[in-house]
Amino acid sequence: MSGSSIEAVNLSKSFGSFAAVSSLSLKLEGTKCIGFLGPNGAGKTTTMKMFTGLISPTRGKALINGVDIKEDKKRALGSCASLIETPEIYPALTAREALMMLSELRGVPKEERTKRIDEALGKVKMQEWADKKVGSYSKGMKQRVNVASTILSDPQVIILDEPSTGLDPRGQSEVRDIVKSLGNRLVFMSSHLLSEVTEICQEVAMVDHGKLLVYDTIENVTAKFAGDGGAAEAGFSRDVDEATLARILRLEGVDKAQKSDPRHLSIRFMGGLQTQERLFGQLASMNVGIISFRETSTGLEDAYLKLIQETL
Amino acid sequence: MIAMSTNNQGGNARVSSMSQVRTVTKYAFLNYFRARRFYVMLGIVLLVSGLLTFAAAYYRPPAFGFGSSTSSNPALTFYSAFWGGFATIVVILSVAFFGGDAISGEFQNKTGYFLIPNPLRRSVVYVGKWLAALGASTLILAVFALIALANGTYFFGVSVPYQFAESLVFAWVYLVSAMGLTFLFSSLFKSSSISILMTVILLLFAFDVIDTIASAVAGIEPWFSITYAGGIIANILAVPFPLHSVTTQFGKRFTLTTFNASVPEALVIMAVYFVISAALGLWLFERKEFTS
Repeated sequence: MSGSSIEAVNLSKSFGSFAAVSSLSLKLEGTKCIGFLGPNGAGKTTTMKMFTGLISPTRGKALINGVDIKEDKKRALGSCASLIETPEIYPALTAREALMMLSELRGVPKEERTKRIDEALGKVKMQEWADKKVGSYSKGMKQRVNVASTILSDPQVIILDEPSTGLDPRGQSEVRDIVKSLGNRLVFMSSHLLSEVTEICQEVAMVDHGKLLVYDTIENVTAKFAGDGGAAEAGFSRDVDEATLARILRLEGVDKAQKSDPRHLSIRFMGGLQTQERLFGQLASMNVGIISFRETSTGLEDAYLKLIQETL
Repeated sequence: MIAMSTNNQGGNARVSSMSQVRTVTKYAFLNYFRARRFYVMLGIVLLVSGLLTFAAAYYRPPAFGFGSSTSSNPALTFYSAFWGGFATIVVILSVAFFGGDAISGEFQNKTGYFLIPNPLRRSVVYVGKWLAALGASTLILAVFALIALANGTYFFGVSVPYQFAESLVFAWVYLVSAMGLTFLFSSLFKSSSISILMTVILLLFAFDVIDTIASAVAGIEPWFSITYAGGIIANILAVPFPLHSVTTQFGKRFTLTTFNASVPEALVIMAVYFVISAALGLWLFERKEFTS
């Protein structure tokens, strides 16, 4: 499974005078998960559509495993599966039939098709619905089948555009587990859920206004752009009075503390995990009735906000 | 545009485009067959056939070759009235029902997002869906033909005029040609309702109006019209075959000219319509973008 790659070479897409993607050059290779981040309208979906043949680039190339999608889509997508937006499946077909159609189109060996379909539907917890018409499914159930379709043919490269869209929290968690289990593949996944990207991916590429802002490991991006600090929410068993608030503000490393409601404080602090650990201990020893302490900001979120703000 | 290749890739066999066409056709046909619209179309054909059968059995009109009909071949007159008068309508409704949104639906209903990002050419989807729509429409046309045949055999015996077989072939050729045109409209629009409406309006009304205006007012033979060519489905059941052009004088000033396409001319028109519309429709589909 080595040698997998996704490469954008000076990739551009314009709709009239609007440049949705502008001279994007990016090479992703190896077996890992890369998060693709950016605000709405940044060009993420447009980029992914160019990699899957749903739209054509205005300029530049979109290559999968070194094959230009525009030159030879069939070969380029031979070992690449994708989930772009929320596809609809032919409503009169059952999930099993829809996946059978894809497995036939993708050349899954005949003797393996049934087994692979059962496994894929099992992974997304849709076995019980396998023989019911897709037209009777909810949006979330359809998305589960769409997720199943991406793992069906055992592809080397998987492109996922906000795969948890339309799923309930349990479904989102299951999709995260599926993506995490795709170990020895190259996964390129866009998401608005930064916690999801932090949990699943090793690297991130951020875009805004159709341009690449940064591509690096999450650690490097966080270290470079997030600054030295974090945020947490502390919950108390009783209302937080002004004197308590003032005492907390005086604790070493606390940059800012404000009430989000009478029994909760949002605290920003300077420093990393050690500061966070010390702060939690100090709050507990102050006997101010602290009952919870939850990290509310990841380094990636801070980096994201900083980078996106810079491009506004 | 459809190449054959069976190289291995990533553990999965690289499937030939021909094989992919068969797959798309099979599942598109299954989708048609399971969908309500197939049964609605079948219901329309059964209703029309039922009404015609009732009219024939109960009223026994001369126009159907009964009683005081002056026709030398009453069976032929029957097939002309029963089949010739309605086959084109069945064809037009079928192509609109099955082909009208075959391509536009991929965009509007977002099923294209499921199918297109796979290792296949768009021509595979186009040809596969075209064949499925043709298959479903052929099935509907066959039901209507069988009912016509059953009625004709019941009322006029097993000696079926050979012109009925010719008409049947022409109706199928017309179906192929009209399906090509329908797929062009379906590729042209992203809205399913617009592409279906466009097909029905053009094939059922607009072309007929253009034919009439061209021939009656301007005196021009409407060789550019597919419905003009479709006239052979009914005309072949007339003995003798209608004259190429008939001019009728109304008073001293007005004349009305009507044209009838000959069989070779009509087949050429239908073939040209099919080739041009299929090529243009595929060209449009290849370039159309899946934008939200």
